[in-house]
Amino acid sequence: MINFQYARATDIADAVRQIAADPTAKFIAGGTNLIDLMKYEVASPSQLIDISRLPLKAVEETADGGLRIGALVPNSDLAYHPLVESRYPMVSSAILAGASQQLGNMASTGGNLLQRTRCAYFYDATTPCNKREPGSGCSAIDGLNRGHAILGASKACIATHPSDMCVALAALDANVHVVGPSGDRTIAFADFHRLPGDTPERDTNLAPAEIVTAIELPARGFAANYTYLKIRDRLSYAFALISVAAALDLDGGAIREARLALGGVAHKPWRDADAEATLRGQQANEQAFTRAADTVLRNAKGYAHNTFKIELARRAIVRALSQAARGTPQSQSNKKIL
Amino acid sequence: MARAETSQLPAKMPVTLTVNGVEQRLDLAPWTSLLDALRDHVGLTGTKKGCDHGQCGACTVLVDGRRVNSCLTLAVMKDGAKVTTVEGLAGKDGTLHPLQQAFIDHDAFQCGYCTPGQICSAAGLIAEGKAKTADEIRELMSGNICRCGAYPNILAAIQQVMGRS
Repeated sequence: MINFQYARATDIADAVRQIAADPTAKFIAGGTNLIDLMKYEVASPSQLIDISRLPLKAVEETADGGLRIGALVPNSDLAYHPLVESRYPMVSSAILAGASQQLGNMASTGGNLLQRTRCAYFYDATTPCNKREPGSGCSAIDGLNRGHAILGASKACIATHPSDMCVALAALDANVHVVGPSGDRTIAFADFHRLPGDTPERDTNLAPAEIVTAIELPARGFAANYTYLKIRDRLSYAFALISVAAALDLDGGAIREARLALGGVAHKPWRDADAEATLRGQQANEQAFTRAADTVLRNAKGYAHNTFKIELARRAIVRALSQAARGTPQSQSNKKIL
Repeated sequence: MARAETSQLPAKMPVTLTVNGVEQRLDLAPWTSLLDALRDHVGLTGTKKGCDHGQCGACTVLVDGRRVNSCLTLAVMKDGAKVTTVEGLAGKDGTLHPLQQAFIDHDAFQCGYCTPGQICSAAGLIAEGKAKTADEIRELMSGNICRCGAYPNILAAIQQVMGRS
């Protein structure tokens, strides 16, 4: 483990002030990803600013019927929160599909958004990686890329975003509240994470010295017709090859509105407005679901070892939309996929 | 990664932990993990270092009653916390914790290296109260790897204790 200085933030303004004063410092909350990255010397902050004691642990209903989740709410507390379980079960399901209970007890909601890719080359400081060392090259593009992106990748980076929770938050149009040196602002979830382009070292559109303070869910939770379907190499405690958050607003057999977000396929949770539009007004059947899947994957591109993910994604999308339409969400304990 | 050159190593920091009911006043470098603090500074080696990356669960302890990976926790961040390790589960008279007894009853280990983490994790699982079925226990214990493959017996041991409580 590297050596570093340690300081505690006394309030949000103090946290922003401290991080703005030291560009080589990092915030630490749960630490589940950052400490690991420091052990691999992928991250080497000169100072850690501990924000874990800041009062950002509330889950509160908003005036317009939504839910505001403090950035320091532990992932497992969020998954089991009664309002989340009843009104946003897709969020509960996605959290429970990821990590272990020990990690969920530590990991924060804000930190979940900021976790970094699990691309093995990113973690291996002896190999080139544009995300870790800009300009050094991408080892994955011609390497072992079985788990890598099939959508939105660039020549500089084909890594995927690892979060499950973020896929559900993307599907539900969450907003991210942040505070920085010039005040606070709200970032739509779709604009929070970014595609790699020529600058894969940047995972998000957070500005320097900004801190995530809360995630806000809008009123609509799609609690009746949703699923979070995660396909992975082992039944538990593994990152997604493909995951699908699907939600439908049904009028009898017809689709009034559809939400579809994919994990494990891109540098960010993947939403596709065109695919959702193909479902609107259609009967909720396999034909419509297949058309939506084909639309999502129209520009999909595989590499030497991950081309199978395109067909896997197609089938997972159809299956997830079928689960959502039936009102039979995927169980995260009994792993049988119905 | 850019890293500021520091002319001197950061000073050690005072950290107070209540470990298994006993207050421990420690002087630790900020990068000391809770795991290393317990093993190397408090002298409690029951908690095991397996992967040291949060993947195996051998280092699982209870912090303020919740199970966590002590290898991914900085001791300095837990200043003031109550920590329970496998050494703190048995009664003062040496009576085994029900989970310890159940692991023996069901032969729920072979080499034993993962066992302290398995037992602390199971104690956390029972306190959480979310697992009812065998599938749910398996899922919520999936952060603890057993290379000997004692999973069926670990499950049976946990079910024995849950049946009692």
